[in-house]
Amino acid sequence: MGRKLLLEHINVPGINTLEVYRKTGGYRAVEKAIKTMSTDEVVEEVKKSGLRGRGGAGFPTGMKWSFLAKPEGVARYLVCNADESEPGTFKDRYLMTNIPHALIEGMIVSSYALGANTSYIYVRGEMMPQIRILEKAIAEAKAAGFLGKNILGSGYDLELYVQPGGGAYICGEETALLESLEGKRGNPRIKPPFPAIAGLYGCPTVVNNVESIAAVVPIINDGGEEYAKIGIGRSTGTKLISASGNINKPGVYEIELGVSVEDFIYSEEYCGGIANGKRLKAVVAGGSSVPILPANLILNLVNGDKRLMSYESLSEGGFTTGTMLGSGGFVVLDEDQCIVRNTWNFSRFYHHESCGQCSPCREGTGWMEKVLHRLENGHGKMSDMDLLVDVSKKIEGNTICPLGDAAAWPVASAIRHFRDEFEWHVRNPTLAVKENFGLAHYADPLPELVS
Amino acid sequence: MNILNFLKLSEKVKVTIDGMPVEVEPGTSILNAARQIGGDIVPPAMCYYSKLEGSGGKCRTCLVKVSKGSEKDPRPMPKLVASCRTNVMDGMEVQNITSPEVVEARRGIVEMLLINHPLDCPVCDQAGECHLQDLAYEHGAEATRYEFDRRTFDRIDIGDKIQLHMTRCILCYRCVFVADQITENRVHGILGRGDHAEISTYIEKAIDNDFSGNVIDVCPVGALTDKTFRFKNRVWFTKPVEAHRDCPTCSGKTTLWYKGEEVLRVTARKDEFGEVEEFICNTCRFDKKETKDWVIEGPKKVSRQSVINSNHYDQLQPAQVVKKNLELMEANKEQFERATKF
Repeated sequence: MGRKLLLEHINVPGINTLEVYRKTGGYRAVEKAIKTMSTDEVVEEVKKSGLRGRGGAGFPTGMKWSFLAKPEGVARYLVCNADESEPGTFKDRYLMTNIPHALIEGMIVSSYALGANTSYIYVRGEMMPQIRILEKAIAEAKAAGFLGKNILGSGYDLELYVQPGGGAYICGEETALLESLEGKRGNPRIKPPFPAIAGLYGCPTVVNNVESIAAVVPIINDGGEEYAKIGIGRSTGTKLISASGNINKPGVYEIELGVSVEDFIYSEEYCGGIANGKRLKAVVAGGSSVPILPANLILNLVNGDKRLMSYESLSEGGFTTGTMLGSGGFVVLDEDQCIVRNTWNFSRFYHHESCGQCSPCREGTGWMEKVLHRLENGHGKMSDMDLLVDVSKKIEGNTICPLGDAAAWPVASAIRHFRDEFEWHVRNPTLAVKENFGLAHYADPLPELVS
Repeated sequence: MNILNFLKLSEKVKVTIDGMPVEVEPGTSILNAARQIGGDIVPPAMCYYSKLEGSGGKCRTCLVKVSKGSEKDPRPMPKLVASCRTNVMDGMEVQNITSPEVVEARRGIVEMLLINHPLDCPVCDQAGECHLQDLAYEHGAEATRYEFDRRTFDRIDIGDKIQLHMTRCILCYRCVFVADQITENRVHGILGRGDHAEISTYIEKAIDNDFSGNVIDVCPVGALTDKTFRFKNRVWFTKPVEAHRDCPTCSGKTTLWYKGEEVLRVTARKDEFGEVEEFICNTCRFDKKETKDWVIEGPKKVSRQSVINSNHYDQLQPAQVVKKNLELMEANKEQFERATKF
């Protein structure tokens, strides 16, 4: 059994209340940090822990915190990004529903470390129940003296607010989130300046994912070095994975980074294997934005080693043979699933969610969706695959925010790895509407490397 | 004095664009530095407008490659950057037309801009002075690979003098910035998102402001047009003449577009990058369409490459107004000489 840090007490009845959360050792981190540690010491612990952003990009959290500008007399803000809307990712919602105090506690400690007196939790608008849960938890924490003026007699003040979003995926991009929080249209800002210099209301701001902030609690409780012992290489600690798709036990799992992908899919502790005795065809390892990989490449690296659930191992091989850990939205596709349809579905999502600010993403996402729709419905042409790759290349890297990349990668990778399935769709237009391509050679062992 | 000059010079930063060095004030964008050099190396800009704060960064046509970040940090930037919103650093080296990557990316962006554009140039009032036309001609591909229905919208009247034809819009946001910054009340904005986003006056509420007509001038395409000029004539058949009048609201410096003796349209004066020099008021733009309202300064200098020049000056008879006005006659001497040849 892997160690659990965030979900350790998930099954304790009443863990969503302050009383039970306190009994399981909750709010120790707040007491420890505010009473015994300076703000720099907290940042230092987080740096030592090697914690990397859990929202998708994997940027070291401690480093992000140390970049925060600290001009005299200017307010600083911590904003928690709870606008979780990536298809395939539902870990933050799970955490907020069941253990809201883990997030509140993390927010208090992190705000203290950054010197923020006002912090926000920006929650996706559709998550109304979670907003109510968080507001209740904040009221409890405030009544217990963990929030508000003069926390635990230390002289440190903190107000925590929950802000519901308007329900756009793009507001999960940090600068669009800040725009939305300011009450404007959620368009990503042009960077630089980065939020660490000029973020919310023009003040230095740190934007962190829910899970990153919750992970600060065990880091402060046990120390950064202890946290860094978990995991593998530069992927330290535990990670919540939202497992979905054709598996026996879909759900949110906390893994120690470094578990092999094979174990994660097939072991009883986690996903419990592919449902209905089918065979594995493909995996989207980190939410819809990351490249899709066929079974043989997701289980093994090109050199024959097992692929592990870690930032490095998943991205081994770059985009040619690798993918990304992303936000941990682990979508498993069995042999009955159609990659073309899946790609079209993702593409449709990005077309719908593009903010329309910059031209490559606004026009390109719609174009890709239309071509994929045509392919899926039996009107495709052989030249469409090259067209899609070309359009995705024209979008990738040329947009204001990473949504363009996120729209381009799944399409480009699907064609890279599953080109024969696309071609089969073009050659057999009537059959493709009725049947699926099946597993084909996608689970065959990888060829030996020729040195 | 020499020392002062020296100090002033030393504050400037040196940047090289396509191998051409230029010294500019710190805080200048790459695009503006390139404009100081001029010529072919100036990246095209469809959304950036130097007179509008906050504009730029959206159309992505001005992407350039920064092959050397600065003297202190010579690492190249990992992605192409929008030159209109990236400031120069001392020792920066930028590649625009010398980088195949940039040319390729720009070709892609032009294609993207055109896939939902109606390409109705033959009936569009902007044709001939359209930035998208120029851009597509210079940087685009010969044919499109887009085979689907194009996005269309209904035409909307913004007040009684301006028409919005969203189908042609490339969502550069310039008119939004004008509405925000030139006029007093924000009644203009964007509705919807993605490729269904549209410029709107919010439930078609008309802009009621003395300077609202400037949205026509800043529009790089034919999405916002002057209803007093719509379908009157093609711009290349009209003759631009610079003129001014005593206007209580604005500077009164304008360009009159003549056809014969008739003033078909009044616009603000534009510089070589297609940006207006000074915003003008609606009275000058829409209501003063008689020669007697204006003091004529002389014909507007039109680039030799412009369709306005190539079609008009060489083949058509000089306008009546030019024949009557001595100053204009002097300025159009070359034209008269050419006209007598025919």
